Amino acid sequence: MPSELLIGLIFLPLLGACLTVLPWRWSTRLGVFAGLVSLPVLLVALTLAVIREGAWYYSLGGWTAPLGIRLFVDPLALLMLWMVAIIGGVAAAHAWHDFRPGTPEGARFWPLWLLLTAAMNALFLSADLFNLYVCLELVTLAAIPLIAMAGTATSIRAAMRYLLLALLASLVYLLGVALLYNATGTLDLYLMTQTLAASDGPATSLAFALIAVGLLLKGAVFPLHVWLPNAHASAPGPVSAVLSALVVKTAVYLVYRLWLWTLPAEDPMQGAVELFAVLGAAALIYGGILALLQERLKLVIAYSTVAQLGYLLLVLPLASVTAWQAASYQLLSHGLAKAAMFLAAANILHAVGSDRLADLERLDQRTPLSLFALALGGVSIMGLPPSGGFLAKWLLLEAAWQEGRWLLLFVLVLGSLLAAGYVFRILAAALRRADPTEAEDAEGTSPIGRRQAGYALLLALLALLAGFGAAPILEVIDAGAPAGWSAP
Amino acid sequence: MNFGWQALPLYVVLISVVTAMLIFALGEGRQHVRTTLNLGGAILKLALIMLMLLAIQSGASFEFRMSLLPGLDLVLHADRLTMLFATLSAMLWLITTVYAIGYLEQSPNRARFFGFFSLCVAATMGVASAGNLFTFFIFYELLTLATWPLVVHRGTPEAFAAGRLYLAYTLVGGVLVLIGLIWLHALAGGSDFIVGGSLAPLAAGNENALRTIFVLLMLGFGVKAALLPLHSWLPRAMVAPAPVSALLHAVAVVKAGAFGLVRLVQDVFGFDLAASLGLADVLAWLAAATVIYGSVLALRQSDLKRRLAYSTVSQVSYIALGVATGGMLATVGGLVHLVHQGLTKITLFFCAGNYAEGLGVHSIEELDGLGQRMPVTSVCFTLGAFGMIGIPPLAGFVTKWYLGAGAVAAGAPWIIAVIVASTLLNAAYFLPLVHRLWFRPLPEAMAERALAIRGGRMQALVGPTVVVAAMALLAGLFAGTPGSPLFWVIRMVGGES
Repeated sequence: MPSELLIGLIFLPLLGACLTVLPWRWSTRLGVFAGLVSLPVLLVALTLAVIREGAWYYSLGGWTAPLGIRLFVDPLALLMLWMVAIIGGVAAAHAWHDFRPGTPEGARFWPLWLLLTAAMNALFLSADLFNLYVCLELVTLAAIPLIAMAGTATSIRAAMRYLLLALLASLVYLLGVALLYNATGTLDLYLMTQTLAASDGPATSLAFALIAVGLLLKGAVFPLHVWLPNAHASAPGPVSAVLSALVVKTAVYLVYRLWLWTLPAEDPMQGAVELFAVLGAAALIYGGILALLQERLKLVIAYSTVAQLGYLLLVLPLASVTAWQAASYQLLSHGLAKAAMFLAAANILHAVGSDRLADLERLDQRTPLSLFALALGGVSIMGLPPSGGFLAKWLLLEAAWQEGRWLLLFVLVLGSLLAAGYVFRILAAALRRADPTEAEDAEGTSPIGRRQAGYALLLALLALLAGFGAAPILEVIDAGAPAGWSAP
Repeated sequence: MNFGWQALPLYVVLISVVTAMLIFALGEGRQHVRTTLNLGGAILKLALIMLMLLAIQSGASFEFRMSLLPGLDLVLHADRLTMLFATLSAMLWLITTVYAIGYLEQSPNRARFFGFFSLCVAATMGVASAGNLFTFFIFYELLTLATWPLVVHRGTPEAFAAGRLYLAYTLVGGVLVLIGLIWLHALAGGSDFIVGGSLAPLAAGNENALRTIFVLLMLGFGVKAALLPLHSWLPRAMVAPAPVSALLHAVAVVKAGAFGLVRLVQDVFGFDLAASLGLADVLAWLAAATVIYGSVLALRQSDLKRRLAYSTVSQVSYIALGVATGGMLATVGGLVHLVHQGLTKITLFFCAGNYAEGLGVHSIEELDGLGQRMPVTSVCFTLGAFGMIGIPPLAGFVTKWYLGAGAVAAGAPWIIAVIVASTLLNAAYFLPLVHRLWFRPLPEAMAERALAIRGGRMQALVGPTVVVAAMALLAGLFAGTPGSPLFWVIRMVGGES
């Protein structure tokens, strides 16, 4: 039974995408419904299956590897799929207002959105490097027109820059995959390990180096992040949310898969995790400082993503069960909080007409709910309790402490102080009053504005709740820790 | 997890959270509903706490436990120390709410104000009932978050500057606590607060680690408690409206820091361990220095609220001083000051607020002759000032008596010198104010200035002032009778440790 679930997760959004291409309004509605609303239902069943049976493979069409295509699901993949379903789903609900079915905007938007969803689901379920390449390409190619959807010169320029760099990244990645296939004769992530252990040489090292460069570029890891801030800041709100919360994480997810599952423990390329940690630390500091210097709300949030991705790489050399919990929880809580912040920023931009920090005064009266969502998301990003971000930071600090990584510890602390700096800078700008004595003007929020704010608030509340619901989530996650990271 | 009767501390925290959320949801209009909610929440909370108090008297115990992370629980419980702080803050919350409703009448952003006000009290209740250091930290940080909007409430550049300073201090303090906590967790696991501490078995071989942890936590809590080099945010935070200052100084932020120091010495390390590592002395010296330094600076302030702020810096350190001196008497003196300082200081801040609202008086020179214009407020102010100085039979005297006796018992007579010096300084900066109020002639300009508060607003401001002044008076006058804060503290210190 569960194999149908995997297929459903990939093909229902794809089917939905096909339906939304059709010219009728009902077909778009049906497509979105089939492609997005079905996902949580499938995932509940899949989660129960994973809890019952642990990680498992499924061979498409009955063809087994190395010939056939294999799908693979484990707790990490499950976590990512849930994030696609929840964050993607709420962002889609937010997008419904601006991209109505039956309008030209809606006709352009929904096929791409559903394609992106399908591609991400496929990516998290794929078990071989070539499929992963295809999925990565699909994710990028669906994301780029979504960024350009705003239609402004900035957004088109940002999308073009993203396109060029992403293509370069894909090529480099593909070259690495080709080298690996040549050396090992297989593309399967999990079968490759034994062959790699036997046939180690400069070619495989080069292959992994190329793959790493490709992924770091796609994942906007410092110093290859240059495309991210403008792309994420100029996209429409729901797109920004999904880009920051999910799309860049696909590359980080693949780094995890390759280094923690595929690469044998004694391989010299394992040394790269130290480099990843250095890059992560640099990203955390650099992104934090740049976020502090931005004058526009969405750019602050985008640079915050550059910084927060750093946490995900910092974890790699720590190799403990605590570090594993920290990485998973950071993936989850950053996704929820960041998406909430981008949706809230979109509402604020819509209401104020500008997202320059200087124009954001009195937001507590003009867009109270969105500001509240922004602040709650910010609490999680800062890693202050009570929030999922706090638990993630606690686990990170604990993992760094266990390994005696004092420098990492210092960087973590510095990073969270920088985050506090840029979050409170936004909040201070939002509470400012040009003339403190002036009486309040009760500008009522429209029902539409309230609903749009509600979506941001929903995600922000989930990020807050993640600060209390860690125990059951981590129990499932623990079972999926990579070899060598589990408890001794 | 247990959501029944046992989980009462959780509900006490949640009442304020729910009140805050409802107030946020209501928005700016509908003032009557908001007032009802505010008062209803405060009264309900006070009632629950009274219920808990009675139950604990008859031997019941309360604990709510929930696993947050593997090996780390969120624990809310109610021991005697919890109840001391919880009762104080619940009572003063109710009174301050009444005061704030009167104070902020017709000013903008009241929903925001009262929402965060409630959230702030929720965090304080969490701090009071935290059953381990990890839970304590969660609420300690939440308190930082909830107070920042109150500090910057006026929205002026000055307020934002104070808010920045406040954040810089408290967030860095939070980081210090966090590092100490991670270290302690690696060393000892996530252990609960236990009277007498739980670290003694670990001490051998870990002396220096424990010393460093203690210093990290002490500095982290010291930021909010305004210990000597970390105090400068507090006077700046005076830009906030008067009810906020009152809350900050008497129940919430400063007290949370002091309460953290108490928990650190008594329930994490245990006084014996802290003393044998030489840490109690460090804290005692730091607290003594703060007592003197705060008073000296208070002398030099010409703004009324700033003088009161420096007085807080000085007075709150009595708590740490008493606990760090150790021994039954000094500990009683320190702990009871948690309540005594709260009652006395809130009286003084309410009075300062009344002067500012009523006649626009902010600086000390303007107090001349105000005893005639605002007699009730001035009587309360005088009572508060006498309490702070420690004139018998007021509450401050009881504290100082126990501290002094404890210092002798603990063999640290230098502390008596500190208390005497501090008392003289207190007199030096409070008596001139009292003198101005009653014995200087009222300037003509002031005599003609119309009183800006009258009618219902007058009652809302002066009523709470009288109530807290009376409480401060009674706490000292009836210190020896059952039910007084002193009685409670003596039973706590004598009965449990």
